[in-house]
Amino acid sequence: MTEREVVAELRDGMTLGIGGWGSRRKPMSLVREILRSPVKDLTLVSYGGPDVGLLCASGKVRKVVYGFVSLDSIPLEPHFRNARQTGAIEAVEFDEGMLQWGLYAAASRLPFLPTRAGLGSDVMRLNPGLKLVRSPYADGEELVAMPALTLDVALIHMNRADEAGNGQFLGPDPFFDDLFCMAARRRFMSCEKVVPTQDLLKQGSIHTLKINRMMVDGVIEAPGGAHFTQCPPDYERDEDFQREYVASAGDPESWKTFKARYLELASEKEYQEAVKRR
Amino acid sequence: MSDFTRAEACAVAIAETFRGDGEILVSPIGTLPAIGARLAKLTFEPDLLLTDGVAFLTANVQPVGGARGPEPIIEGWMPYRSVFDVLWSGRRHVMMGATQVDRFGNQNIACIGDPKKPKVQLLGMRGAPGNTLNHPTSYWVPNHSRRSFVEKVDVVSGVGYDRAAALGEAASRFHEIRRVVSNLGVFDFETPDHSMRVVSVHRDVRLEDVVESTGFELVIADDLCETRAPSDEELKLMREVLDPDGIGSKEVKV
Repeated sequence: MTEREVVAELRDGMTLGIGGWGSRRKPMSLVREILRSPVKDLTLVSYGGPDVGLLCASGKVRKVVYGFVSLDSIPLEPHFRNARQTGAIEAVEFDEGMLQWGLYAAASRLPFLPTRAGLGSDVMRLNPGLKLVRSPYADGEELVAMPALTLDVALIHMNRADEAGNGQFLGPDPFFDDLFCMAARRRFMSCEKVVPTQDLLKQGSIHTLKINRMMVDGVIEAPGGAHFTQCPPDYERDEDFQREYVASAGDPESWKTFKARYLELASEKEYQEAVKRR
Repeated sequence: MSDFTRAEACAVAIAETFRGDGEILVSPIGTLPAIGARLAKLTFEPDLLLTDGVAFLTANVQPVGGARGPEPIIEGWMPYRSVFDVLWSGRRHVMMGATQVDRFGNQNIACIGDPKKPKVQLLGMRGAPGNTLNHPTSYWVPNHSRRSFVEKVDVVSGVGYDRAAALGEAASRFHEIRRVVSNLGVFDFETPDHSMRVVSVHRDVRLEDVVESTGFELVIADDLCETRAPSDEELKLMREVLDPDGIGSKEVKV
């Protein structure tokens, strides 16, 4: 598939789960394609990084469900901050473990999963819809009933995949990408390189085959597709570019310049060329 | 004893928060917490489990900030999902930052002002709500002032003792805010109502400065003392092994 074909399946108001973590192995070529589309009013569920920032800054987002939004080497995501501080988006904030529980509940077709996380904190005040549940056993403990976070679409980025949709991470952390896929109705995986199925185990051990084809509806070959987030061992984070991205949040003029240089381009190919040219 | 910096005193105070922890995962967030935790492992808490900051447990200790160190000996794999599993099992002690911390150890890293439209958006809740109810949590505050040590935090990310008590015995039985280390001193909650107590002040800091820089009434320990000075061995480890480039000193306000 192409990025364009994936984004053609998105509709206004959909709930989109985005894999990766902070500024790490994010499906950025798919995010950039959303910026080129008319899709709007999205709800994002993410261990947030520049995916959230870019979509917020481009007016694509109604609501963000998150535990944090960060660029890792730069702790605070400036475009997300702007969106929050101007009240442009609705925030649904959980503990980051609760987010996992919500995805796991959705993946397991359960209405909720119980957890201690959230009790006593302002997660409860900020999410008045969150309910408690009492253990039916002798302990009678009262816990948070973290509701399922069911997704319309999941987008993830892997190091390698085959055409059938078997995906492979080669870096140190698989993050929660498998849960995002399992929690979603439609699942799309971009990857650095599509390889024949019989070559997958030449790339990494059996344990790296975290995504299998029943979890994926479409594969997109996108070399450099996670740029400027890291995608080891293929590449590290482009820290210079990330700083440029952060600076673009400083004022409307800088953002306009950044958009013209990198985002208002016809395709991912032109983006990659613009990145190389700078 | 050799002369030492404020940052080095803080690192030793941070190391002390992990004393007695034994064979558990320690997650230090920030440069001085990383130095402190690794110092504890190299000296009095050799059984601590530490990650390289990414997803590998390293049996030997690495320097902070990417300085050249020994070849890492990887003893295990600890991706985020496993960190959550360990967190829920309780075999973990985290030291987080706190943009605001209050009298009972409630911590805020989410935002300043009204959460509906914050004046300043910060990181978000991160793992603070779950950490504080599941295992020991400590805080590192490099800029002790009335803006960081506040009467009431704007948003409760990490749960303090008053709120934990209100939850009752079942929900709070794993709750422990071990200690707060700031650039001025060391604080615990070992008072009858678990309100914050100053237990030591760093060298060259006056108690009045600590009191004046705190936005609520601090309990003062009967045996208040000066924060333990780093030993020569600790100074050597910090300067030669853990932080040869001295980046820890950039984190602390003197």
